[in-house]
Amino acid sequence: MGIHQIVFWLLSIMTLVFAIGVIMSRNPISSVLFLILTFFTISGHYVMLNAQFLAIVNIIVYAGAIMVLFLFVIMLMNLNSDTEPQKNVLVQFAAVISGGALLLVLIAAVKKTFTGLEGKEIDLVNATDIGLIKNLGKVLFTDFVFPFEIASVLFLSAMVGAVILGKKDKEIIRSVEV
Amino acid sequence: MMLLAISLSFVIGKVILIAVILGGSLGIAMYSTWAERKVAAIMQDRTGPNRAGPFGLFQPLADGLKLFMKEEIIPVLSSKFLFILGPSLAMLVSCMTSAVIPWGPDLQFADGSIFSLQVADVNIGILFIFGAVSLGVYGIMLGAWASNNKYSLMSSIRAASQAISYELALGISMIALVMMSGSLSMREIVEQQHGFWKDGYFTWYVFKQPFVFLVFLVCSFAELNRAPFDMAECESELVGGYHTEYSSMKLGFYLFSEYINMFITSVILSTLFFGGYNYPGMDWVAAHVPPMIYSFIGVAVLLGKAVGFILFFMFIRWTIPRFRYDQLMNLGWKSLIPFALINMLITGAVILFFNK
Amino acid sequence: MNYNNISNRAKPVDRHPMTFMEKIYLPAIAKGLSITLGHMFHKKATINYPEQTRPFSENFRGLHILNRDEEGRERCTACGLCALSCPAEAITMESAERKKGEEHLYKEEKYAAQYEINMLRCIFCGLCEEACPKDAIYLTQTFAPSNYKREGFIYKKEDLLIPNPKQITTNN
Repeated sequence: MGIHQIVFWLLSIMTLVFAIGVIMSRNPISSVLFLILTFFTISGHYVMLNAQFLAIVNIIVYAGAIMVLFLFVIMLMNLNSDTEPQKNVLVQFAAVISGGALLLVLIAAVKKTFTGLEGKEIDLVNATDIGLIKNLGKVLFTDFVFPFEIASVLFLSAMVGAVILGKKDKEIIRSVEV
Repeated sequence: MMLLAISLSFVIGKVILIAVILGGSLGIAMYSTWAERKVAAIMQDRTGPNRAGPFGLFQPLADGLKLFMKEEIIPVLSSKFLFILGPSLAMLVSCMTSAVIPWGPDLQFADGSIFSLQVADVNIGILFIFGAVSLGVYGIMLGAWASNNKYSLMSSIRAASQAISYELALGISMIALVMMSGSLSMREIVEQQHGFWKDGYFTWYVFKQPFVFLVFLVCSFAELNRAPFDMAECESELVGGYHTEYSSMKLGFYLFSEYINMFITSVILSTLFFGGYNYPGMDWVAAHVPPMIYSFIGVAVLLGKAVGFILFFMFIRWTIPRFRYDQLMNLGWKSLIPFALINMLITGAVILFFNK
Repeated sequence: MNYNNISNRAKPVDRHPMTFMEKIYLPAIAKGLSITLGHMFHKKATINYPEQTRPFSENFRGLHILNRDEEGRERCTACGLCALSCPAEAITMESAERKKGEEHLYKEEKYAAQYEINMLRCIFCGLCEEACPKDAIYLTQTFAPSNYKREGFIYKKEDLLIPNPKQITTNN
């Protein structure tokens, strides 16, 4: 077992443990912290795949920005294990079924991927350089330019929506005051 | 995975380098506290600390000792683990950034082997710095939340939203510089600023991109939580901001990590904009002195520039009054970000025009 | 009469919207920096206290002393005029009669067995000095050093008396 296989297994185990921690911990803050740790280990996986750009962007965007906002909201709402609502048995049952279905789909997808590559020899040592910033940029702006632009339009619409929601409607305020 | 194929001497060399860098930045941060008080005193027609040792030079040691001797208080209703994690995280993150900074020209030993004065020459050096900066918020937020004090929490939210707002302007302003350099590697950016004058223009990026430098400087003030953007602390008006509940060395860690951040930021500013270890006439020096000495002159030049920036940070702090919070947000979102965007567009257009 | 402007020096607050030059802050910052830069070269106002002291004025009234005459005898005769004149009532004393064989200690036939000044009450007005008919009490050019306890500020006779000039010469 080579050194990078050891690192891979270590990272994978850590990722799984932290991910389970996210859903198992009763305190929302520790859930968020576990999620941040999960992002870090996933970034470690990216580095293993020689995709340093993706690794660091994962940290900047998810761990550095989005999770901070999550923390904001949770800290301000002052959620803790006492205020967790009691869940209906029916809801729990439905959650188990839908979760199981999702798991099934994921396993099927992963299994299919593996069968597709079984015949080929994958060069793990000299992994592709697709994750490096130059190649990634080229691919994004040539082959995948349409999905990329669609995604950016999606973000723009989300921003516009947030601004509209955040803007105070003067009519409504007046009616409330009256 | 060439990344993991490494030799023992390389590892030992890197470990020594990391130890030297960490020790050096801790030492400089320590004496920054002394310099801060001296600079403040000089500007206010006072003499500043002068009792502990000659010129008060042992003052930082005395302060550190005092902080160690103080009673350590952990609020009863706080979550203890996070309460301790907060300052540790702040310290860790501020020490981490120094990994991608090229501290000097490669060391050349007598037997011809070369040792790079950079812990890791990753090809995404600048992004690594942004990553570390964006994680710096966690130290503040976790510490404040864990202290179970609503004023700490409010202050931490103020600090975090300030940091996030100015990170955007910081990142966008850097894009223009990265477009010019064509690389995210710190080492390469420094190499491009070799010397001082080349092909009829300055090589340093501060002369090529003065507006990026301006935006970067303002944003780094905000990221450092330093005056005039020290909204997170307001130590002259409020109790102490996010570290209200902290005492002893845990408080010291918070304060200390800010000074380390200031040193690292000064080094980054001098690396990106003021040529790092480059200086006018360095080719002549390289031809006339042994390579070892040449490397050390480079390191000294970089540290000299960094100290200059540290003094500038202090100079600003003791001159300019604090911005109001709405002024701060207006400046960040309505002035700096559009300004950086326009600068980015113009830079892109100019590069496209000349490289046609 | 305009009560808002009694001194005739009040200026109305300037609330005009900021011009472009003011909005970019940089000229104002440069101005501020030049001011602080100028202060770097000003004379320091600090006095390094234990080594340097601020000069006292000639008629500075500080800590009291009880005087002796040229033969080293206490001048105070415990007449109580200083205590009477003291507006802060800081002085108390107890008198005693001079015994045989104590002529070298006390100048008059009556002397102060105890003499206390509470330096926390004293306002250093110097009226005791004026009132004293025997030139026994004087105010010096020093001030009371700090102390951890209130009792430390009640100066006994031993604290107030100047050293005996005769003893000093014999000791030497």
